[in-house]
Amino acid sequence: MSNLALLSIFVLSIFIGFEVVSKVSTTLHTPLMSGANAIHGIILVGAITVTDHANNNIQLGLGTAAVVLATVNMVGGFVVTDRMLEMFKGKPRVKKDAEVSGGESK
Amino acid sequence: MNENLYGVLTLFVSVCFILALKGLSSPKSARRGNLIGAAGAFIATDLVFFSPGMTHQHKWWILGAIFFGVIVGVPAARKIQMTQMPQLVALFNGVGGGAAALVAIVEYLKLGAGASTAEVVATVFTVIVGCVSFSGSVITFLKLQEIMTTRPVVFPGGRFVIAATLLGTLASAEWVIHSLGNTSLTVMAILALLFGVLFVLPVGGADVPIVISLLNAFTGLTVAASGYVLQSTLLIVAGTLVGASGTILTRLMAAAMGRSLFGTLFGAFTAKPQAAVEGGEVRSVKSSSPDDVAILLNYAQRVVIVPGFGLAVAQAQHTVRELADLLTAKGVDVAYGIHPVAGRMPGHMNVLLAEANVPYEQLVEMDEVNPTFPQTDVVLVVGANDVVNPAAKTTPGCPIYGMPILDVAEAGNVIFLKRSMRPGFAGIENELLYDPKTSLLFGDAKDSLTKVVSALKAL
Repeated sequence: MSNLALLSIFVLSIFIGFEVVSKVSTTLHTPLMSGANAIHGIILVGAITVTDHANNNIQLGLGTAAVVLATVNMVGGFVVTDRMLEMFKGKPRVKKDAEVSGGESK
Repeated sequence: MNENLYGVLTLFVSVCFILALKGLSSPKSARRGNLIGAAGAFIATDLVFFSPGMTHQHKWWILGAIFFGVIVGVPAARKIQMTQMPQLVALFNGVGGGAAALVAIVEYLKLGAGASTAEVVATVFTVIVGCVSFSGSVITFLKLQEIMTTRPVVFPGGRFVIAATLLGTLASAEWVIHSLGNTSLTVMAILALLFGVLFVLPVGGADVPIVISLLNAFTGLTVAASGYVLQSTLLIVAGTLVGASGTILTRLMAAAMGRSLFGTLFGAFTAKPQAAVEGGEVRSVKSSSPDDVAILLNYAQRVVIVPGFGLAVAQAQHTVRELADLLTAKGVDVAYGIHPVAGRMPGHMNVLLAEANVPYEQLVEMDEVNPTFPQTDVVLVVGANDVVNPAAKTTPGCPIYGMPILDVAEAGNVIFLKRSMRPGFAGIENELLYDPKTSLLFGDAKDSLTKVVSALKAL
């Protein structure tokens, strides 16, 4: 793809990124950081590609290490974000119905 | 797979990521947003195996590495306590940065002398920023986990060392671009790793979340740059989205703490070392008993609970809710005053209280709760310190100077639940503890609260 096309994609993505997150409520900043963190785990796709094309053992070794790290980033990131967000569900309407010790055993 | 089909499916994944970030912006859709993102990532990972040009010669290495990554990452994410989550996010971010740097290095080794200048520049950028993100995140992890000191680490001549490291990194980058050699690349990577360490060391504990957020944005940009080298629009879109959102989040966090980003990162170099706390003189504090606290609360009209990280550590969020419910039943007006950076990350306290099913309407943000303190009879500070420390207003040059605080001193009575007289995360003495209207209830926050609850029931 031409450099100009890639540059256009890059610049437009910046604007989308700003637009999409600028309305996030402070309550959700932690999950947002964590969710965005998981999304950059997509480097896994790049890690797989370069490892697949590795020509020697050094490249294979470094590539495999990149795949491990990227997987930890991506999978771990989405799981931990989900755990955080799980706690938000149904919360606003919960009234004080003697569930005091309920959640503690988790 | 045909190139056009692959392109269209990749576009679909990019849209998933945009929807994921969009979804994360509202509590109702946040969880779904995250799942959309995860689905997109899963599709993209499957898809790449069928992308044009794949040789599959190292398939088992790749699958094995993914398997290994999953069995490391998933249990870590599931078992971590909510209080330790910020450092886990830091660590995940660091490994992502490390992965991006490694990808760029492998691609560089392969391109060899055939690389265009633009590709080499993008590679150099990815390796430098990825390495900084990796080593910087490891240091933030060590700080938050309190394996190393949370205070700013400053040594004589530190700023010259850091400047020299940065210059060395940039010089070696120039060397890489001209020589296209492997030695220069290794030197550059090592210097960048060192720079990451030096860059985060002087940052004080309370400012670490800002740095995590900044490094998160950095990692996003490295992913975008490696996307350019690999000619992958997906990596460019996803990386740029994270870079942009991370930048905004970093600015919001810095604003919540009333600091400029520059001051956060370089403040420790210019600030004078803290004057040793009040030369040896032992000052008296007023300590209190659970019964006294219960009586005080029982006859209050309005009570504000200020939760901090100590509450999370003691796992006292359920007990605090029990106390609040009891007071509400007795007709006391109860609210939680939430400082934007209470805990260790913005919104951290909301997550913890949500875990204990605290009604959403009782969580009041700083700007709304501050004007109500003069009408508040009792403020119960549970394991918080820096966010109520008046030094942020009165002591220029202290690490938290300028940070907006909860003005609890305006209230009739202030009760601190503390384990000891140890200062907070930022390491600053709190004058408020010695104020005549302040009393302290020493002990584990959960134990103390349980005692207060039973004393209150007995009244």
